Amino acid sequence: MSFWMIFKVAIRAIARNKTRSLLTCLGIIVGIAAVIAVMAIGQGAQTMMVKEISSMGNNLMMVFPENRGQGPVSGGMGQGQTMTAGDAEAVKRELSHLVQGVSPQVRTSVQMMYAAKNWAGNVQGVSTDILLISNWTVMEGRFFSEEEETRSSRVCVIGTTVRKNLFEDEDPVGKTIRLKNVTFKVIGVLASKGANNWGQDQDDVIMAPYTSVQRYLQRSKFNNINMMNLSLISMDDLAEAKREVGALLRQRHHLADYQDDDFETRDTTEIMNTIGSVTGLMTVLLTAVAAISLLVGGIGIMNIMLVSVTERIKEIGLRMAIGATPANILTQFLLESVVLSTVGGAVGVIVGVVGAEAIGAAKGWPILIQTGSTLAAFLFSALVGMFFGFYPAYRASKLNPIDCLRYE
Amino acid sequence: MANLIEIRDMYKIYAIGDEPVHALDGVSLSVDEGEFVAIMGASGSGKSTMLNILGCLDVPTSGSYLLDGVEVASRSATELAHIRNAKLGFVFQNFNLLPRTSALENVELPDLYMGRLSMRARRRRALELLKRVGLGGRHSHTPAQLSGGQQQRVAIARALMNNPPVLFADEPTGNLDTKSSIEIMNLFTELSDEGITIVMVTHEDDIAAYAKRHIVMRDGKVMRDDHGEGGRKSVDEVARLVKEALA
Repeated sequence: MSFWMIFKVAIRAIARNKTRSLLTCLGIIVGIAAVIAVMAIGQGAQTMMVKEISSMGNNLMMVFPENRGQGPVSGGMGQGQTMTAGDAEAVKRELSHLVQGVSPQVRTSVQMMYAAKNWAGNVQGVSTDILLISNWTVMEGRFFSEEEETRSSRVCVIGTTVRKNLFEDEDPVGKTIRLKNVTFKVIGVLASKGANNWGQDQDDVIMAPYTSVQRYLQRSKFNNINMMNLSLISMDDLAEAKREVGALLRQRHHLADYQDDDFETRDTTEIMNTIGSVTGLMTVLLTAVAAISLLVGGIGIMNIMLVSVTERIKEIGLRMAIGATPANILTQFLLESVVLSTVGGAVGVIVGVVGAEAIGAAKGWPILIQTGSTLAAFLFSALVGMFFGFYPAYRASKLNPIDCLRYE
Repeated sequence: MANLIEIRDMYKIYAIGDEPVHALDGVSLSVDEGEFVAIMGASGSGKSTMLNILGCLDVPTSGSYLLDGVEVASRSATELAHIRNAKLGFVFQNFNLLPRTSALENVELPDLYMGRLSMRARRRRALELLKRVGLGGRHSHTPAQLSGGQQQRVAIARALMNNPPVLFADEPTGNLDTKSSIEIMNLFTELSDEGITIVMVTHEDDIAAYAKRHIVMRDGKVMRDDHGEGGRKSVDEVARLVKEALA
């Protein structure tokens, strides 16, 4: 008997018991819908977090001077005083095969004043490379130039939050503001980046050449910087970059072999790995729950198929008597369960996608439906039908035609 | 006439409890092409076991069975299925039609498993067979819409679908009234006259009277076989034969 004929027989058997078939499918529908929805929500959350982290910087690697403590008092991260702008320049000069941009960063808190308004915040002293490193773009005006950096010009660019608080609707470009009573000229406005992962407003920012910050705002006799930001050419070289930057800094800081590093490197892959492992774990747990419901659905199919075989035992006997081989009978019942589970799977995919979108819309969560995993879930439903349908079908195929025909 | 069925020293032993039951106890028998055989006997005589083994629905415990010159006693389930499909037709006491399936589709079924004909040729042949058994206009009826006699006619048409050399009938009139029984038996007689070999199990003398050869069984043994001598017998003659055999 051709496969198509057996398929038609299976379809007809399913169509005859509509309510029962629907209830059997329901287990698979719920299972697949749960898998699809959970994966869509999990993947959406993960993708959003990864995107936000990568918005922090472009192949970002950070180097902090490590506080090694002076007596009993320890400072905090970035409070060590051993790292200088010279270190940043050296990294840029000597590791250009790994690094596409380096910016030293110094930070100082200031009260900003313009006309009658004022606003408190941190001034970031950076180099021109920061645009490349941190994915900032200038919305109005311009960023400071390398020449202004060398000459320690009193110029600055501001974020949209600072602009709103100091200037409201006024055009800030070309205006002069006062920082710690030193006048700085606003030459540009940075395009908004919004809040980061931790809810911190990234637009509450004011940037000036690090030379100007050191000279006019910190007025320190030291040349130390709080950190340096590096943009690597490729994240693949991260390990090598860490090693080479470390070696260079140790050499520059005249550290003997027995001495520990006086700096520490950080990069976004560490943060991404942490977030990835958290959301990954959630996804695994929820998928496990969904898989269990799929298992229950599969057992439902097996149960119904066993009932169906017993119920149609005379039909099996008759089919065998007129020439159905055990393989024909096996195929017939196996197809029946596979059709039930794939129809359940298809409906489950639709319910899952619609459900995930609805949940996402209601809760404001990002939803990411991946074609690959959707297809995998659907194929898995067919597999469930095959797996749980095999035993009843095998039992039917091994029946003795005489016992079937005599069955009362 | 060629030897179509030949069994030698056939035993079928069931282990029920401690005592083994010999449903067939060393039976040897041969049937020629074109014969119309009635196997008779009380229930438990082994006649149904015999028919099931002859029909390749069951396998003997020991003994040989040549069907159309081929040994079939120890074949796999799949091989037996192919033999039943191509060489044997079955008519059962309770008709065994697929429920909620039209007469036409029931008749077509054996060829679906054989896959010999095109869809159109299959349909044409099934319609011809239905016409031949006298159900020309009822091909779309389901078993529930047909009387017992009509259902048995559909079953006969189905048995003929793959043009088998042998028909096996197990109490074909057991569930029918007298009028339908006569119609069905007349149909079997016609088929026999056309040359189809028929092996029928019955315990009714008047049904056995339609056959040309009569075999009486008891306790798994053949008690009497008239080898078709004297052709068709009257009901009284059959009754006497059975009585003598079991005396």
